[in-house]
Amino acid sequence: MLEYARWKYVLIGVVLLLSLLFALPNVFGDDPALQIARADHIPFTADATAPVVSYLKDQKVNVEKSYIDDGRLMLRFDSIPEQLKARDAVKDHYKEYITALSFASRAPEFFRRLGLRPMPLGLDLRGGLYLLYQVDVKGSISQYLDGYANDARRALSTANIAFKDVSVITNGGDQQNAIRIVLPPESDATAARNALAQPLQGVGLTTEALPSGSAVIATLTNAQIKERQDYAIQQVITTLRNRVNELGVSEPIVQRQGLDRINVQLPGVQNSAEVVNILGKVATLEFRLEDMTNSAAEAAISGHAPLGSKLYTHTRMGRPLLLKREIIATGDQLTNATSTQTQEGPAVSLRLDARAGDAMLKITRANLKKRMAVVLIEKRRETSTVNGKEVTKDITDEQVINDATIQGIFSNSFNITGLQAGEARELALLLRSGSLSTGIYAIEERVIGPSLGKDNIDKGIHALVIGMAGVFLFMAIYYRTFGLVADLVLLANVVLLAALLSMMRASLSLPGIAGIILTVGMAVDANVLIYERIREEVRKGVSPQAAIRAGFEKAFSAIADSNVTTLIAGIVLWVFGTGPIRGFAIVLTLGIATSLFTALMGSRALITLMYGGRRKLTRLSI
Amino acid sequence: MEFFKGETNFPFMATRKVWYTLSAILMIGSVVSFATRGLNLGIDFTGGISANATFAQTANVDAVRTKLTEAGFKEPQVQNFGSSRDITVRLPPDPSQNAKVVREKIESVLKSVDSSAQVRQLEVVGPQVGNELKTSASWALFFTLLLIGFYIALRFHTWRLSLGAILAVIHDPILVLGIFSITQTPFDLAVVAAILAVIGYSLNDTVVVFDRIRERLETNRRMASDVVLDQSINQTLSRTIMTKVVTSIVVIALLFLGGPVLQGFSEALMIGIVAGTYSSIYISSAIALDCGLTAEHVFPSEKKVAVDHLP
Repeated sequence: MLEYARWKYVLIGVVLLLSLLFALPNVFGDDPALQIARADHIPFTADATAPVVSYLKDQKVNVEKSYIDDGRLMLRFDSIPEQLKARDAVKDHYKEYITALSFASRAPEFFRRLGLRPMPLGLDLRGGLYLLYQVDVKGSISQYLDGYANDARRALSTANIAFKDVSVITNGGDQQNAIRIVLPPESDATAARNALAQPLQGVGLTTEALPSGSAVIATLTNAQIKERQDYAIQQVITTLRNRVNELGVSEPIVQRQGLDRINVQLPGVQNSAEVVNILGKVATLEFRLEDMTNSAAEAAISGHAPLGSKLYTHTRMGRPLLLKREIIATGDQLTNATSTQTQEGPAVSLRLDARAGDAMLKITRANLKKRMAVVLIEKRRETSTVNGKEVTKDITDEQVINDATIQGIFSNSFNITGLQAGEARELALLLRSGSLSTGIYAIEERVIGPSLGKDNIDKGIHALVIGMAGVFLFMAIYYRTFGLVADLVLLANVVLLAALLSMMRASLSLPGIAGIILTVGMAVDANVLIYERIREEVRKGVSPQAAIRAGFEKAFSAIADSNVTTLIAGIVLWVFGTGPIRGFAIVLTLGIATSLFTALMGSRALITLMYGGRRKLTRLSI
Repeated sequence: MEFFKGETNFPFMATRKVWYTLSAILMIGSVVSFATRGLNLGIDFTGGISANATFAQTANVDAVRTKLTEAGFKEPQVQNFGSSRDITVRLPPDPSQNAKVVREKIESVLKSVDSSAQVRQLEVVGPQVGNELKTSASWALFFTLLLIGFYIALRFHTWRLSLGAILAVIHDPILVLGIFSITQTPFDLAVVAAILAVIGYSLNDTVVVFDRIRERLETNRRMASDVVLDQSINQTLSRTIMTKVVTSIVVIALLFLGGPVLQGFSEALMIGIVAGTYSSIYISSAIALDCGLTAEHVFPSEKKVAVDHLP
């Protein structure tokens, strides 16, 4: 008699049922869909759905199904041309909506309600754009230091302490982490340090004696540098997320990778050039007063701006301008930016936060009838080859996009004009999504066409089905009834694996599919070990049921050992790998767990169920 | 059905000099090729530009190459990819060109050769990314071997078995690298993943054989070691072959149906599976034997230690 504990049957049953439930949504496949979100990010409501659907019906677009998902309206179509037609129609008719092309599962609504979704597909399986950005953390630190230098100047002036120079220490282009404040002999270093203690809180201050006078060195601690780097990267991620959302991409991924990288995955994006352009643009605005006391024309001829001013050229007019160095407000202080149409042409309507609004109010009140300019600052990196060596150059473009006389007092809400229609839209988008004050540079870019993705998934599934069929057939021939048991167990293994992957929402890549196929191949091993043992025992003349018991018991240590080694390889790959390779590692690692469970518990339960109770068992079909 | 009726009795240990020689030749050949020819590294590792395009009819590879050179691309590599209508274009890293410009340029060159051309995939990888990947792939290989080495050392009580297992495990990835180097098969990130999987799988067989050796040694403490090893390998032989046949079925399915993206990956697995089977049968146990493995090493006879349990 073979026996197997009842709770184990129950456990296996429950696990299998749950796995079937979680894996089931993958079976239905998907339809082309259109995702519609409101531009102001307010969740879509059910009563806003009907007008869109009926409008599309009027436009002769056949909407298969519509529902609200996560605050967005999802429309499903039966073909890609219908989907594209719908996109164009919605885009033209509803300016307040952002649309994104995507795929939606055909699984019945009941699955979605329960939160059961199919595995998301990786970019290699559905096409899209992959970008890896390098964040210029060094630049961010020096900006931070510039800010401290300004604070130091202001604090020393307020405390009436004379100083010669405040500058960021540069030691041969390496990471800078300190500023130097040079004091003349008449200034007391201790008094200076006291004055600096408050504005430069937490920064290490040291005094250095100079031939004449002294210097205070303010050095950032490593913790401060790290904090600043993390802050800069977090800020870039937020901005990139906002921009991706503004562009209307469905299921985007924006995540930090390593110390100073960010990877962006945009499924379904095809117009990559445009998207790359907008995503990586480092743009911010500065509002400055014009210097009306000095002549800009004279400065342009001499090439030197008078103290406290900076020389610019008006981008469209081409005439020189002198702007005061003080900045009234910057793009960081914006709370909203939208493109509008005014009598003076396309414009961006801006709202500032309270502090910037106050500053703007004060300045406009004091400077009525004087002129103010808007400077658009863009950063980009150019790489060229000089004498066979790669040289990268960071370029900051400063453009005066608008200058106008202050006609009335205003504070936190106003328009800027002087733009072309397309520019106004893009600028509003860039400003709204938050300015990128830290430079980012794409170091890796991959575009995968949707047809290639389709090819990849077809090939992967094809290989999976044929490979599994081959294994099933071979097992059934080689081990007969026991082979069929192994086949059932293998099938359960694939279901379990699919359920785990769907639960984890780990995206499935082509190497991931390869991992599933390999798991099937390797999961057989445990069964083979057991069955070969049973055969050995039978050959020794042991009774069938005792042979089964001995087979499972004696094979256990070999099964456990042989899986641990693959587990090690899987985990290392999981840690080191990125993208699709990590997908492979995840599948490989989870596959070991599921195949151990199914081979050890599942097949034992099944075999016990079949042979356990039979008293007159003389032969095993193995 | 059974591969072998009844028990087999192949004299694996007696012929081990032959297998040592064969392995030595394979290893030396691999290392020499690896050192002199190197690997045909994909753009994952070198950085650069890679584009896949598809044509309505058979692609004219030579015309594409000539036109690309005329358009100012340096050393373009153009090859068929999967089918005669698909091509892949590879260009060395060119920092002065960004992806947008390159895409437009490649598209226009391809369209000038054949107006039906369609760029289906474009990858631009910066050289620094490639270099980092090379480093992290090497670390991944190193750590896997190291951890597996630890595991083996802990698992098998005696360094004789551990050494046999470790040498067999190192044997297999070297052979894969060697064959990839000799044939100059494109070596991409997926191949690294396959090699790591091969390391895991290859050990799998060795572990099963060693497990049996341990069991046999426990029950037959007086038997000569080479007889025990031969018996252990013979007894696990049908399992070893059966598992490899089944794994090969799926890998062959991948190789022929998985498409060009998984080509290198599947080839590496296939080589690894064959090498792994060979090394675990012929190499790992033989090395343990030549290191003087006896039952005493695996199960030391209990030393009588006087322990006074009385209070």
